[in-house]
Amino acid sequence: MRRRIRGVNNWVEHRTGIQSAVRQFLYEEIPASSGWHQVFGSVAVFLFMVQAFTGALLAFNYAPTPGDAYNSLRYILTELTGGRLMRGLHHWGASMIVVVVVLHMVQVFLYGAYKKPREATWMVGVVLLLLTLAYGLTGYLLPWDNRAYWGTVVTTQIAGHAPLLGPYLSRLLGGEGEIGVVTFARFYGLHVLLLPPATIFLLVLHIFLVRKHGVAPLPGDELKPKKKFYPRQVFKDTVAIFIAFAILFMMAVAVRVPLEQLADPTDTSYIPRPEWYFLFLFQTLKLFSGPLEVLGSVVLPALAVLLLILVPFIDRGQMVKVTRRTVAFAVVLLAAIGWGGLTAAAVRSTPKDPLAAVDYSGPTDWMQLSPEEMVGIAYFRKENCVSCHAIGDQGAAVGPNLTKASIHKDAAWMIQHFKRPSAMRPGTSMPPIQLTDAQLNSLAAFLLKLNEKNATALDNAPDFAAQGALVYQTNRCGTCHLVNGGGMRIGPPLNGLSKRQSRGWVEDHFADPRKMAPGSIMPSYKLAPKDLENLTSYLFALPD
Amino acid sequence: MKGSRFTMGNVQTVPPAQGEGSSRRNFYVLAIYGLWAAISAALGLPALVYLLFPPKAKKSDPWIEIGDIEHMAPNSPVELTYRRTRIDGWKVISEKSTAWVVKTAANQVTAFGPQCTHLGCAYHWEDAKGVFLCPCHTSLFSSDGKVVAGPAPRPLDRYQTKLNGTKLLIGKLLGTPEKQS
Repeated sequence: MRRRIRGVNNWVEHRTGIQSAVRQFLYEEIPASSGWHQVFGSVAVFLFMVQAFTGALLAFNYAPTPGDAYNSLRYILTELTGGRLMRGLHHWGASMIVVVVVLHMVQVFLYGAYKKPREATWMVGVVLLLLTLAYGLTGYLLPWDNRAYWGTVVTTQIAGHAPLLGPYLSRLLGGEGEIGVVTFARFYGLHVLLLPPATIFLLVLHIFLVRKHGVAPLPGDELKPKKKFYPRQVFKDTVAIFIAFAILFMMAVAVRVPLEQLADPTDTSYIPRPEWYFLFLFQTLKLFSGPLEVLGSVVLPALAVLLLILVPFIDRGQMVKVTRRTVAFAVVLLAAIGWGGLTAAAVRSTPKDPLAAVDYSGPTDWMQLSPEEMVGIAYFRKENCVSCHAIGDQGAAVGPNLTKASIHKDAAWMIQHFKRPSAMRPGTSMPPIQLTDAQLNSLAAFLLKLNEKNATALDNAPDFAAQGALVYQTNRCGTCHLVNGGGMRIGPPLNGLSKRQSRGWVEDHFADPRKMAPGSIMPSYKLAPKDLENLTSYLFALPD
Repeated sequence: MKGSRFTMGNVQTVPPAQGEGSSRRNFYVLAIYGLWAAISAALGLPALVYLLFPPKAKKSDPWIEIGDIEHMAPNSPVELTYRRTRIDGWKVISEKSTAWVVKTAANQVTAFGPQCTHLGCAYHWEDAKGVFLCPCHTSLFSSDGKVVAGPAPRPLDRYQTKLNGTKLLIGKLLGTPEKQS
């Protein structure tokens, strides 16, 4: 048996030379000083492979056009087993690869490993860093939620403002001021068709150059015998890769990546923010205004990249011990402080946007309320009940906490109590609530739904949903339509509306149903713009 | 880096080929294989689950009205066209679909799925010969769906049917009665 295996091996080796090639690769000689500080390159390559793998799996269930992109991603997240994990790996892997690539770069920089004859290796590495960031930029658009849409609007505008090249760049990105199918196709094409082969080519070149010049030795290494790459250094690389993967996997499992509401170009309240590793650029931009803006958006970043590429030609001194490279340490420290300061400033200046916090990738508690209960939230807020009552941990403690099951009565009791509090609870200081019976009924419906588990989620239900439900109820939509199992089936059920129709279609349909759906018996509704927006957002937020 | 747990001893002594060094070497090799196996499993198994598990099913009303059978001639198959909504991945689509419907002399109604049981081509009724003919590989079926000739492995598939007055409703596409039993 053993002899037969050896026979097969010999045959393959004779025809392909694969064994000697692998052996040559593994038994490469490396300097005696090699060790844990050199693992980052391998980790970066590994993370790139994870991105390629999870990216391909996501692409199997993804439609790269606006609208469909959003729905297909939602399908991956909610209906496919393991879909959330795949997206989590891809999302957090993208962040992690940026971190690891920068760490790799810092290590090479501190050790002066870019010095002669390794200048080309460094420069190829800088281009690989730029490619890594380009993935982040193009991939950001692909979920086609509000965050993606508005982030990309800003990006393409910046590209359009570049001196000389601006108009051409924005035409290349399909921008021309509008983000639509063309921009989407360009970004997707870049992300999955152009960038990966470019990365693989440069990665191979980078590794070839590393091999050609050998791993950079430290001063004093020439006196010591060389080591082999395998197995000791491979072991260290593997341990580092395993640690990185374990962290990535845990993040993908534990940290839920939100999917915001479908991209809405008419949303004027949205505050776009780039991915965290671009926040420093975003903040830099704020330091310049008027005609100087282009300095912050294009000129400075371009100069920084140029400087980075030219590092081996700026620092041409002899290789010295890493502990004596005080200037290099100072540069890294200054860069870290600058980056950290700008990022912190950007984070601090980001107002909390309740809309952005809504995760549409799975139904949360408030999305499953009936319109009636949702309307109750609107009245609960309008009457400012939290100024005396707490729900969950939020609100004052003048009156009883409304989440506690012990104070729950039936609806009839509550409505009597709302009208004349002292009749049901003698001596109470609660003022009567000036609402109609129907409105009090909604309020009671909401309070009956409240419990300790869902209190926070319901308290955080976005205002557009409460207001939208109010519009829904005022116009008696429930006499024909079904929402979350409540209502009638004369018209189509409204759950999953976002899958069937675009936002624009729905809004036009309210104004003139027959124009959009011939034969419809739905009357037309002339809604105020804000009501129309809230109602549509509300309907689009309903679970499928 | 000095002092690291895995780089015990002086780097200058590496790599010794024999003795104490070879057991450390074995540890390295074992750890390399072990860790890569763990990573591959953690990526590969969820990937298989993701690709092979069907999407979480949604329930929808399976019965669709496809037409009126009152004026159908007995034993003369008719192709009824109807619209149905279907969940197609992340979309709910409304599409045209057909069924071949046969009414027997005893007023029994059968609805056949529109695809040949051989390789899924669309077959049609040849009135002159009184058979269903599949144009791809010339499978022939009789009006009750049985294979008369050709490579088809089993009779035509049937829909669940029920009558609401003279309106025909179809449900799920089942195999033939023989296949169900």
